[in-house]
Amino acid sequence: MDLRNYDFGANLHWFEQGGQRIVLDVNSGSLHSFDRPAWEALQRLSDCGGGWEQAKQWIAAKYGAVEAEEVFLELQQLAEAESLFTEDPGFVAPAYPQDTVIKAICLHVAHDCNLRCEYCFAGTGDFGGERSLMSSEVGRQAIRFILEKSRHRRHCEVDFFGGEPLVNFGVVKELVEFGRQEAAKVGKTIKFTLTTNAVLLNQQVRDFLEANDISVVLSLDGRPEVNDRMRPYADGSGSYKEVSGNIKEFVSARQNPSPYAVGTYYYVRGTYTHNNLDFDQDVLHMADIGCKQVSVEPVVAAPQDPYAFQEGDLPILADSYERLADAYLARRRTPQEFDFFHFNLELGKGPCLPKRLSGCGAGYEYLAISPDGDLYPCHQFVGKEEFKVGDVFSGKVDTAMAEKFRSAHVYNKPECLKCWARFFCSGGCHAAAYNFNADILTPYQMGCQLQRKRLECAMYIKVKEAAAVG
Amino acid sequence: MPKHIVTITKANLKDTVKTGGCGECQTSCQSACKTSCTVGNQVCVK
Ligand code: SF4
Ligand code: SF4
Repeated sequence: MDLRNYDFGANLHWFEQGGQRIVLDVNSGSLHSFDRPAWEALQRLSDCGGGWEQAKQWIAAKYGAVEAEEVFLELQQLAEAESLFTEDPGFVAPAYPQDTVIKAICLHVAHDCNLRCEYCFAGTGDFGGERSLMSSEVGRQAIRFILEKSRHRRHCEVDFFGGEPLVNFGVVKELVEFGRQEAAKVGKTIKFTLTTNAVLLNQQVRDFLEANDISVVLSLDGRPEVNDRMRPYADGSGSYKEVSGNIKEFVSARQNPSPYAVGTYYYVRGTYTHNNLDFDQDVLHMADIGCKQVSVEPVVAAPQDPYAFQEGDLPILADSYERLADAYLARRRTPQEFDFFHFNLELGKGPCLPKRLSGCGAGYEYLAISPDGDLYPCHQFVGKEEFKVGDVFSGKVDTAMAEKFRSAHVYNKPECLKCWARFFCSGGCHAAAYNFNADILTPYQMGCQLQRKRLECAMYIKVKEAAAVG
Repeated sequence: MPKHIVTITKANLKDTVKTGGCGECQTSCQSACKTSCTVGNQVCVK
């Protein structure tokens, strides 16, 4: 084998966790578990610039010639089967049709909120502008807009978002009904989701969400003191008691069809900050109160914010992810089990490579719509005037901006090109990149490090689960 | 029987270039305020 020009760092990732030696072949997506001699062989190969014979001699000296033969034969067989030492296929153009096909919209039905979450990127719900609600007229036009702009696509997605969408529940109800009717006329389906803080999630709302198969993302940060510190009401009092009660009632009535966000699902999601670096305890708390589908993510904050991550937080967070992975495994197949969104990693049946290059589709497949009907690349850009790309009434979308976002894929980001996580992460969040680096092509570093850590944990879980059944 | 390496998942991402790209799958925002559904956490709908 000649691996002298092989870029080990970009095309393979190998790490140890919990006594497992785990190897990801980045370009095929294959995952392996190595024993010590094979592990050292790989390390040696990388250290000596791909020198096959040189590495083999080194292993022979340490483990004996027979062992070395075996190890290198196995490495070679995996390479021949295209499960190891594969090359990057390179940019596959065109990933998607050149026309802008909008298949998902985020409807900001309310730029208003009944909470005052510290870290709210929407400036506690008003997006830096007047508190306002979307009218049914704008909402209906938005539905017409997506049904038309999705062109040949049959599946459209509409997410009710805010601020807090339930402060405009009347319009939400109306738009679901209107959307169903209009979609049926053109042979399409709209999948509705609602992202809510659950303050107003009463019986009437729950019945409506159930009756209409609406997927729901519920916000809770975990333990009472953690949640209440960041998620108070306008008067400063904590929201945990009411919100967790409402969430418990809701989730007890809904079973997810799959740990992946398919079908009619729910997710309880939280944000962790510098204030709760041991966020694994928050995930377990949520699991304990009956939230079996949980996702928590790192806050994105300006450095001067008191809850922003600081130098030195990263190893603590990495430990929290590792503890969470072990807790997740320990609870598997017990009544206490739970799903943690970022540990769901489908290696065999995951999305195709074209999808993996650009991820979220903000700006050319996915748009956010403000209460006034203005269009933005995604909910995080709403209110940033320089990113406004049109409005639902004119129906025109700024194609230059769409192109800018479309071309912000992994092969156009120098950082991502050499990153082993590129086909799982798909280049990170444009909004985070922009907020930190004023450039959608330069990923937000802290986000990258955490992304890679949780991917490692997800792979570790795969290996451990395979070992348990094997 | 391999002795030193156990393959946990054999995948061939590269081949999906030929079969994929239909775009019918869900969007996948990865920000904290949404589902944070990174592509790695998705399944193909086909
Ligand atoms: S955004 Fe960061 S973690 Fe994601 S592929 Fe790019 S460099 Fe890697
Ligand atoms: S840019 Fe970031 S926040 Fe916006 S849709 Fe993409 S991943 Fe989500």
